[in-house]
Amino acid sequence: MDKIYSHPQSLRDVPTHYCPGCGHGLAHRLIAEAVDELKIRERVIAVAPVGCAVIAYDYWDFDCSEAAHGRALAVATGIKRVRPQNIVFTYQGDGDLAAIGTNETIHAANRGENLTVFFINNAVYGMTGGQMAPTTLLNQKTSTTPEGRDAQLQGYPLKISEMLALLPGVKYIERVALSSPQEIIKTKKAIKKALLNQIEGVGFSLVEMLSPCPTYWGLSPKDSLEWIKNTMAKEFPLGVIK
Amino acid sequence: MPKILMSGNDAIAEGAIQAGCSFYAGYPITPQNELTAYMANNMPKRGGIFIQAEAEVAAINMVFGAAAAGVRAMTSSSSPGISLKQEGISYIAGAELPAVIVNIMRGGPGLGNIAPSQSDYFQATRSGGHGDYHCLVLAPASVQEGYDLTYLAFSLADKYRVPAIILGDGLLGQMMEPVKLTSQRPGLPAKPWALTGCAGRKANVAKSFYLKEGDLEKLNLKLQKKYKEIIAQEQRWEELFLDDARLALVAYGSMARIAKSAVKTLRAKGKRVGLIRPVSLWPFPKKAFAKPRNKYLVIEMSYGQMLEDVQLVLCGKAQVEFLGRSGGGIPSEEEIISKVNKIYNG
Repeated sequence: MDKIYSHPQSLRDVPTHYCPGCGHGLAHRLIAEAVDELKIRERVIAVAPVGCAVIAYDYWDFDCSEAAHGRALAVATGIKRVRPQNIVFTYQGDGDLAAIGTNETIHAANRGENLTVFFINNAVYGMTGGQMAPTTLLNQKTSTTPEGRDAQLQGYPLKISEMLALLPGVKYIERVALSSPQEIIKTKKAIKKALLNQIEGVGFSLVEMLSPCPTYWGLSPKDSLEWIKNTMAKEFPLGVIK
Repeated sequence: MPKILMSGNDAIAEGAIQAGCSFYAGYPITPQNELTAYMANNMPKRGGIFIQAEAEVAAINMVFGAAAAGVRAMTSSSSPGISLKQEGISYIAGAELPAVIVNIMRGGPGLGNIAPSQSDYFQATRSGGHGDYHCLVLAPASVQEGYDLTYLAFSLADKYRVPAIILGDGLLGQMMEPVKLTSQRPGLPAKPWALTGCAGRKANVAKSFYLKEGDLEKLNLKLQKKYKEIIAQEQRWEELFLDDARLALVAYGSMARIAKSAVKTLRAKGKRVGLIRPVSLWPFPKKAFAKPRNKYLVIEMSYGQMLEDVQLVLCGKAQVEFLGRSGGGIPSEEEIISKVNKIYNG
């Protein structure tokens, strides 16, 4: 019988620190599989964020850099410009990419850097204890919106992907979800496409993944997947944005 | 090679390119804009990368990335912009990356003004950002030295894997003087730690994050060991008329040029005065103070920052006087001579 499945070479065989039902482990794995399948492991330089995925470099088995909170796309710009032959991607959460790092995000996109961005949107700050993120939904309770997010006080969920899609330097943006086997298959396809774009020199590509955070949503892992499908994806519609 | 007329800002930029700097990111701020423009003009033509960043914060983090990828990288700014870069400099120090940061100081605090100043001495020589770290700090006093010390800064940054700062001021940045350029490009050291893709080796990681108990302390001890070696090896200074001096003036950068004029005028009048000009500010050139002397006069374009290092070195064993102005004021030769006359016989 042919071997149809094995542990990705790009993913170290170690336990992760993620909570049960968290989407990060899955996202890491899908990226590792895509890197293996595209045979680019020895060319990849990843930039890890500050946030729950801060030690992503302990899980991936290829070259990685840290970045200060929000600065991943500035660090990635520096790397890619001096090593254009390498495949450089950032992996960033919603706070990192769309709050403290909004400036770096918009301008790297606007320069049309030939980079790939994996954007994990779980509508909450996980690492620091479940505070409001720029992508937190209206009425969603967090430790800093104990009565739920109120548009009058905290504004609206920030649709950074739609904003970035307006920029001519941006070549591909798709929003996917880590919520069901079907959506996970689509996610893997989008990840591969975003990496392939860079390999082919197409330009700035971003994949936004709606990702479960059962711990700070106060839901079971199973209910978290339902919440993505029935609630979060209503605010953040899935599909190719650009 | 013939000398060419250059501004301090241009000479620093050219020194960087000659040193093999192949990545520069910066953001406009006066009085260092000529440096950024020089890089914009020259880097692309000479095989380097120039990026006008969206912010100082982005510029220093682009430098982090380029340095992590193994190339010689630099950013430049002036005081308020350097404050913004402190987070990135701390990360560069923590990740043990070599990089060069140029600060053409202007008046502060806050937005201050665009006049020359030396009031960022504390920020440069102590850890300007968070954490226990140091940057190597070199202070040019002429356009030629702006060129030479920038060239040197890259090799020291690589040797010790530390951020190095060129601490100049608006006077130095703007003035024009003849400069002799070197014709030699340095050999660049191997960087097996750099992020280049993991072909044929284990994966490399550039990071300053050590969560496991004891690991961060180990990193800090490693840094301290490195700093001790830098303190032992890299103290630099210039001396003038110190052998028989009753009073030694201490000044750095542009201020030292005015102090030097005052010393020469005073010598012509038979006053036994000399000058210590620190060239490295961190490490502070303690060795220059080894010979016992009774009196020192520290002169700064600040209200006494390097003064504290002089006091620390002398530890109360000599009389230390101070003359300083800040916020655009520059102690004049006459003010220095008048101050010397007051304390020389006392």
